[in-house]
Amino acid sequence: MIIDLPRFVAAERTYWDELALLLARLETEPEARLSLPEIQRLHYLYERSSADLARLDTFSTEPNLRAFLESLVARAYTEIHETRAPVKLRWKSVVLAFPRAFRRHQGAFRLSLGVTLLGCAFGWFALRMDPHVKTVLMPFPGLNSSPAERVAKEEGAKTDRLRGEKASFSAELMTHNIHVTVLTLAFGMTWGVGTLILLFYNGVILGAVAADYIGAGFGTFLTAWLLPHGSIEIPAILLGGQGGFILAGALIGWGGRTPRTERLRAIGPDLFAIIAGAAALLVWAGIVEAFVSQYHQPVLPYSLKIAFGACELAALTAFLAWAGRE
Amino acid sequence: MKAARQSRLSIETPEGVVFSFELATPVSRALAWAIDAAAIVTACSVVGQVCAAANLFSRDVATAVTTVLYFVISVVYGILLEWRWRGQTIGKRILGLRVLDIHGMRLQLSQIVLRNLLRFVDTLPALYLVGGIACLFSRNAQRLGDLAANTIVARERKPAEPDLDEIAPAKYNSLLAYPHLAARLRSLVTPEAAAIAIQAVTLRDGYDPIARIELFAELAAHFRSLVEFPEQALEGVTDEQYVRSVLRVIYTG
Repeated sequence: MIIDLPRFVAAERTYWDELALLLARLETEPEARLSLPEIQRLHYLYERSSADLARLDTFSTEPNLRAFLESLVARAYTEIHETRAPVKLRWKSVVLAFPRAFRRHQGAFRLSLGVTLLGCAFGWFALRMDPHVKTVLMPFPGLNSSPAERVAKEEGAKTDRLRGEKASFSAELMTHNIHVTVLTLAFGMTWGVGTLILLFYNGVILGAVAADYIGAGFGTFLTAWLLPHGSIEIPAILLGGQGGFILAGALIGWGGRTPRTERLRAIGPDLFAIIAGAAALLVWAGIVEAFVSQYHQPVLPYSLKIAFGACELAALTAFLAWAGRE
Repeated sequence: MKAARQSRLSIETPEGVVFSFELATPVSRALAWAIDAAAIVTACSVVGQVCAAANLFSRDVATAVTTVLYFVISVVYGILLEWRWRGQTIGKRILGLRVLDIHGMRLQLSQIVLRNLLRFVDTLPALYLVGGIACLFSRNAQRLGDLAANTIVARERKPAEPDLDEIAPAKYNSLLAYPHLAARLRSLVTPEAAAIAIQAVTLRDGYDPIARIELFAELAAHFRSLVEFPEQALEGVTDEQYVRSVLRVIYTG
């Protein structure tokens, strides 16, 4: 028990001030490296302030002093006990973190792909069984006209219908798709149910569009239309789904005894890498969709568009599969 | 998510010392968000005006730049400021709030990114309804983004010594003639009782005279029950003077 508080404060104040000064230096210069004697001194000052705080517990009339010491000890605790290295944003490590994170959670990606394919199958069969459900499955004006009309209109276009609008169209596509992808990841917080629904619905639309165009005999047009941007855009949304399922997995925590906070802490850097990678892919997809995908034969031969899309898909697959392997 | 929301988050260090953070209330967080939203709208508007005024781009490119910048600013604003200002945005800085790691560790970039991206869900269906409900029902007043990123939003402490000249002017203090009893009194008065006494002295002029006499009588009785000073120390000392003397004992010794 501290009997003489003013004397106690006068005796310890020097140590608290020294610790506060050292902490201020570490906080303003996170890259700074302390020498061994400085580290030892920091540890000593932290332990001394902690002991002071513990002693003050027996003297509860000093709320302000206690608050001051608590704040000091909390800051020192962060510096002493933090084991994670501060982030160094070097382009190579940032770029390679994306495929590495992807490979660490391939199960979640397979689940994302499986749910989307299931949605595709549902959309395909629903439209083939009853063509009248088209407006329900695809409530978008651009997809409700008949494939024959659309193909005739696109291939017969005499002027560039996106003239003077390509950049803004591209920007809208980028922001919308990034929004949807982030939402797909963020819905992982609903124990994955929201992610599952979004992916399934995306699949349903894809399956229904495919059934509509392939059923009408315009498979080549559809492939040439979707592949240049879809080869990047669809995997990016699947990556968002992968992130959502990683998040859901950490929340649910099957078969482990690790606390939820620890599970979530462990996946944080991977989620960051995946969503940053997916966003970068969607910027590219937005540009391609506005500047390439919307142009058809005879302006751009279908074979060229399909080859371009296939190359993109191959490059993305190679990047995710091999980049940064050790 | 369980109920039993707490107002402080306590962390016990391996050394056995406990320190705590005062958690921000949903109301103060909503106010901080309103300020941030205003800052984002202002920044976007300025960018839009600059783009238009500079006349550097065609109308198409200018629209594209504005669309992208609006999206980037609204997403990156929180990430960048919380990263540079160690857990604070303009709104949080004004309201005295700070994002902290739930274990008291250093806030990582991945945590900041994750909590900011999960805003997309927290803001659903409008005006942070999902996030607000999560905040109200989670133990540490966390929205979904905070739960995923292992972060909390705490009120920054600005410890300030009470203005003793204002509340207990330096005069002869008869209680200090008995240092052993004064020390005992200091160790027995709880922070809550001391805070009530400070408030009573500070606001004394605003009270109804009878209520004021009753309040100080009650406070003096409470302090007297803790330590019994000799009669001569209390001779001619009113209840209010006694409470002032107690405060001077507590804070200056």
